[in-house]
Amino acid sequence: MSDVPSEATPKLPRGVRLRRDEVRQEWLLLAPERVLKPDAIAVVVLELCDGARTVGTIVDELAQKYAAPREQIETDVKKMLRDLADKRVLDLA
Amino acid sequence: MNDMTLPNPSEAARVAPPAPLGMLAELTHRCPLSCPYCSNPVELDKRSGELDTETWKRVFSEAAAMGVLHLHLSGGEPTARKDIVELTAHAVKVGLYTNLITSGIGVQREKLEELANAGLDHVQLSIQDAEAENADKIAGLSGAHDKKRIFAGWVLELGMPLTINAVIHRGNVENIEALVNMALDFGARRVEIAHSQYYGWALENRKMLMPTREQVMKAAETVERLRAELQGKLVIDAVVPDYYARRPKPCVGGWGKQSLNVTPQGKVLPCHAAETIPHLEFDYVTEKSLSEIWTNGSAFEAYRGTDWMKEPCTSCPRKEIDFGGCRCQALAITGDPRNADPACSLSPFHAKITSLAIKDAADDGRDYIYRRFGATPGNAARVQITRNGAPV
Repeated sequence: MSDVPSEATPKLPRGVRLRRDEVRQEWLLLAPERVLKPDAIAVVVLELCDGARTVGTIVDELAQKYAAPREQIETDVKKMLRDLADKRVLDLA
Repeated sequence: MNDMTLPNPSEAARVAPPAPLGMLAELTHRCPLSCPYCSNPVELDKRSGELDTETWKRVFSEAAAMGVLHLHLSGGEPTARKDIVELTAHAVKVGLYTNLITSGIGVQREKLEELANAGLDHVQLSIQDAEAENADKIAGLSGAHDKKRIFAGWVLELGMPLTINAVIHRGNVENIEALVNMALDFGARRVEIAHSQYYGWALENRKMLMPTREQVMKAAETVERLRAELQGKLVIDAVVPDYYARRPKPCVGGWGKQSLNVTPQGKVLPCHAAETIPHLEFDYVTEKSLSEIWTNGSAFEAYRGTDWMKEPCTSCPRKEIDFGGCRCQALAITGDPRNADPACSLSPFHAKITSLAIKDAADDGRDYIYRRFGATPGNAARVQITRNGAPV
């Protein structure tokens, strides 16, 4: 498991969709043969994964928004992004 | 973030069952390939009985409204339907995640581009083996393998994610590493190493398909090793072979719990093999709404939840985990669909399924019974490899 570089610009590839499911009243991440249930924080992170923002920028924005220690947010965000990239539902490039 | 699990239906006091996650739409049984493990029933639906475009569109709308997330456009070969682009566009419009399950044969690049432009989310391409000669023998069509490589290239050029699906059996079980490498080479993000499940055509061909226990063990080791090596590059999903298992698979994630299947003529099934259970009565989308069938259809109610179970399932702590395994397999091997799946070591029939596997794996049969319209084993249509439909 390699580290996620701060300069990576993560995005959801074609074939992976973040959507609000009105039947179940929750957010879902739809991927080939998989349904993932992102929690509220994960949804916020995924909405920032637009292929333009770097991981560093995403962490900065979240640290500001939640007035939380940057280091802790960086660790959590990178762990989440690595996990999703390993599942091939997120591109880091 | 976890893979989704749904609430336990028995706790919901027989209120409406949770919405299904996925729907398999068998748009047609027509297919250019004749794979001897085909999951279609032995009695194939004819073209003349297929649902029309407007009915399929209505069914997709109903599916989306009731909470279906993934729509698997399957067959047969789904692109054999002239309206495949219109159907896909409609499914996308109503919010379904669309997955095309295809042989890649008979699809022109223009058609694939139209599908991509219609919003198709994902393509799953079947591969029969890692080298062309044996792959074509299994598919029953000369030249098929090379066409699949070209098709995979088009999928990538058009920017769509690709999964390779390989059904595993004695004829290719030694080639799993090569199959996985081929999936990488094709540019797939995901590969399914799916051991053949013995229903329908595969059951007819079990003597030809069953691997040995040693082959199965080695295959599992290979998959585990490759999974670790390829983490982050390729997702490997495996469907385990259950004749040598100790615990049954949670078939279709629980009967009437997560998924449903619509046949070419509009019959709604809890799983693709459910028609092998003779006393079940199935509803048609032409007569009732999908939601009504899912919620109240007698075939869905028959084995939903755990009330129908017998021992050893009734008192089993795993009954909410594997739901007693597969009803169709229980029927096929034990004669009673309410029995525990004999793949379970707690089943009194477990020794029988193991000995069937060992016996069939040692069979030296050489002819597949190919999947063909009217080619039921009764009329012994043992067709050799064909070129453009003619024996060679």
